[in-house]
Amino acid sequence: MANTYRYIGKATPRKDATEIVTGGAKYLNDIKFPDLLYGKVLRSPHPHALIKKVDKSRAEGLEGVKAILTWEDVPDWKGGTPRYTRILDRKVRYVGDAVALVAATTEEIAKGALHLIDVEYELLPAVFDMEEALKPGAPQLYDEFPGNVVTPGVPFFGPKSLKEVVMGDTEKGFQEADVIAEGTFGYENIPNPLPPEPPGAIALWEEPNKLTLRVSNQASYMDKITLFHVMERKVEVRSIGGPCGGSFGSKFMSWQVQSYAALLSRATGKPVKLIFTKEEHLAAFTMRPASRMKARVGMKKDGTVTAISGTWLIDTGYYSMTTQSQVAVGCGEVQIAVRCPNWNLRPVIVCTNRNASGIVRGFGGQELKCILIPILSLAMEKLDIDPFEFLKKHFVKPGDGYFWRDGIWYTYRGVDFAKAMDKGAELFGWKDKWKGWLKPTAVDGTKRRGVGVGVHGNADIGEDASEAYVRLHPDGTAMLFSCVTEHGTGQRSNYIKMVAEVLQMPMENVSVTPSDSLINPYEFGPAGSRGTYAIGSAVIAAAEDAKRKLFELIAPMLQADPNDLETVDGVIFVKSHPEKRIPWRAMSIDRTLTGYGRFEPDYTLTNCMMSFVDVEVDTETGNVTLLRVVNTTDVGQIIDPPGLEGQLNGCLGSGGIDSALFEETILDRSSGHILNANMIDYKWRTFSQLPVIDNVALETPFPSHRFHAVGVGEIATSPGPVAVLMAVSNAIGLWLHEYPVTPERVLKALGKVPTGARKGGAA
Amino acid sequence: MAVKTAKEIRKKSPGRNRLSLLVNGQPFELEVGTEPYQVDPAHTLAHTLRETLGLTGTKISCDHGACGCCTVLMDGKAILSCMTLTVECNGKQIMTIEGLSDPKTGKIDPLQQAFIDYTAFQCGFCTPGIIMSAKALLHENPFPTEEEVKEGLSGNFCRCISHYHVVKAVMAASKEVR
Repeated sequence: MANTYRYIGKATPRKDATEIVTGGAKYLNDIKFPDLLYGKVLRSPHPHALIKKVDKSRAEGLEGVKAILTWEDVPDWKGGTPRYTRILDRKVRYVGDAVALVAATTEEIAKGALHLIDVEYELLPAVFDMEEALKPGAPQLYDEFPGNVVTPGVPFFGPKSLKEVVMGDTEKGFQEADVIAEGTFGYENIPNPLPPEPPGAIALWEEPNKLTLRVSNQASYMDKITLFHVMERKVEVRSIGGPCGGSFGSKFMSWQVQSYAALLSRATGKPVKLIFTKEEHLAAFTMRPASRMKARVGMKKDGTVTAISGTWLIDTGYYSMTTQSQVAVGCGEVQIAVRCPNWNLRPVIVCTNRNASGIVRGFGGQELKCILIPILSLAMEKLDIDPFEFLKKHFVKPGDGYFWRDGIWYTYRGVDFAKAMDKGAELFGWKDKWKGWLKPTAVDGTKRRGVGVGVHGNADIGEDASEAYVRLHPDGTAMLFSCVTEHGTGQRSNYIKMVAEVLQMPMENVSVTPSDSLINPYEFGPAGSRGTYAIGSAVIAAAEDAKRKLFELIAPMLQADPNDLETVDGVIFVKSHPEKRIPWRAMSIDRTLTGYGRFEPDYTLTNCMMSFVDVEVDTETGNVTLLRVVNTTDVGQIIDPPGLEGQLNGCLGSGGIDSALFEETILDRSSGHILNANMIDYKWRTFSQLPVIDNVALETPFPSHRFHAVGVGEIATSPGPVAVLMAVSNAIGLWLHEYPVTPERVLKALGKVPTGARKGGAA
Repeated sequence: MAVKTAKEIRKKSPGRNRLSLLVNGQPFELEVGTEPYQVDPAHTLAHTLRETLGLTGTKISCDHGACGCCTVLMDGKAILSCMTLTVECNGKQIMTIEGLSDPKTGKIDPLQQAFIDYTAFQCGFCTPGIIMSAKALLHENPFPTEEEVKEGLSGNFCRCISHYHVVKAVMAASKEVR
């Protein structure tokens, strides 16, 4: 279908492009304030301990120190789900837990003061493994979580919030199966999404209860909401976002760093900036949850899945803010990817004495796919079923349904993704490269090639509410009010594009407000892939509402019916008599017109991404090289081609495909210390190691909004890791059960190095 | 309580107390010392550029020499400003991302324009460092191959994966020169 849009689907420069390439974009740490103080956090060297005594006197004597706060000095602000994690507590629960907060006139003085605070600890035994933590007699992290099991459920998702996938009769399902496969797989390498800009906040407290925060977040309005609840619903919070130097989900939840800055400002009466160091970012800010699954699946000869039964253990580290949400969404997503009438999938979220897990692209579903698809693969292997055909057959089709995060059944009404999957398989050459399970595609001496495929889909594209205003001005310009920050997807520019398309006006004449909660309406933010459909719908509705108001005002002047009017480039005319025209300024120079748009959640649409990977394994060194990735999706309508391509290329980074290859946070399971909390020891892909990436994005119109588009960015990272595990297993002819597929693990599987327990790192 | 601070120790340290830098063509005479407006001997060039001179286009990410976000040019060569002490830069010519525009016309550098044309960024935080590395590369090797561009930028971290668009932008900028 030819694109008849003026802007939609065309490459247009990002609105912030010039600022970004000239260094003019002001990220959080670039903002200057007079009288600014700098905050630092004293962190626990012990994984589990009670604070017996804190002596601040030496630190207080240091010139320039303005405040030192410990658990005894702060209000009982709490986060977590349920809200049991104190902002500063008498007990520390991981190496890095906050013990004291310092504000000083310079960063150096604040840092220096940390060394002068004397803390006496009473050490407690610690636990670093999920199964150990569940055993009777294991060290207990919270009185409120007996057995270290975190209370399931998400109040925000409603009373029936999804906690598991249980339906049908699994016993009957296993009886109907031709084969039953069983296995255990672990995705426990807790990769860090690691945006380049570290987490931070700048806070200004005004007595008695007013807080203004500068934040770095993809969803700055939600900081106001989150903190309101953390701060006992007594504080009036204004959150102001700006350019966000990467988030990938993680900065959506920055309540701790924001609360630290707020408490220090409250104690000093001055604005306080607190920016984490990269070491803190890696060791004391959230990372991906760890997942382990032991499950049985039943399958018929034709690939029909008859039963899935198993336990999904999720290690959330020392607390959970969103892990229950990730479990709920993951449980919904797994039904989108695998059609099965009989389920008994039981998640258990466990607390251990390590740094916390939190939001990362893939949000529960990536974790679950990484460990469930391999178990399904064991059954496919027994039946010689092609995984591509299996995944294509099982992915949700119009008329199918799923229980979503709220525990309610939804019937899918979107497009069939099979066409996109076929297109991707063809481009990749799947039919030629797939040689059967545990069979390499090619062997050349010690080098063996293998291929794999994965899939993911998320009905979060229509999750949660969004609101927007569009204000029209007599000079022919428009302003969008939306509390969306730019975190790399280009969506702020895309909303301008949508407004310009609806109002048929030059994009230069449309601006967007700063993402300040004081001036903008409610916005959940571009979480998951909701930016295009959910936020886009609110923006489009606001622009249409503004246009309607404009036509109602102008219609009498043109002696026409409002429905007969159209506007192009700031001029309104009668559609049937274009010579009857009048410019926007006829609305009068002392008037503006504001349209309002709101999006109500809709879980009947999902996106989809399938990734194919081709790897080469050197059986002598164990090294795995990713040669090629093909991503395929159907997005209904591309809004911005380079922006979409960038999102799909993002499949490698931010805890995506590379979390199957080499990325891992290495936890020393004897001391609780993270051993690679710096960017030299934490491995990341460089420019000189780029595989070939080909992206397919079909445009089958979706029944979403007026541009028939859906978002897909979030899930780019999700299908790839399991595809890598599959490809490497095929290349070497043996199943690997753990991520990432390090040379050590490959050589162990091949029997070339002893299989002794590894010190530190994931088991 | 008598605490001997780093500041007091440094006050007594001998050495030159002025240094001159040419930053983006503009001369700066800086005092070495421990007052906020002075350059502390412990300050990195990244710190001085950002905090003393207000040139916040240079980003600090790892502050550890690993990610390349803080890359600037010193006498035409790419350096990591987080791993360079300002007091070692006396008499040096420094160019930051803010200095790439034509000083007379204010027009941005063709390399920057190529980054806009190819949307060679996502969140943009690592972009100034990448552009400065690419600038140094094109200075040394005006017509690099794609492999040479990748090699030249291999010290720059980007998490959004703007790499593919960046390589296209740098190649396009080099062709423009050609």
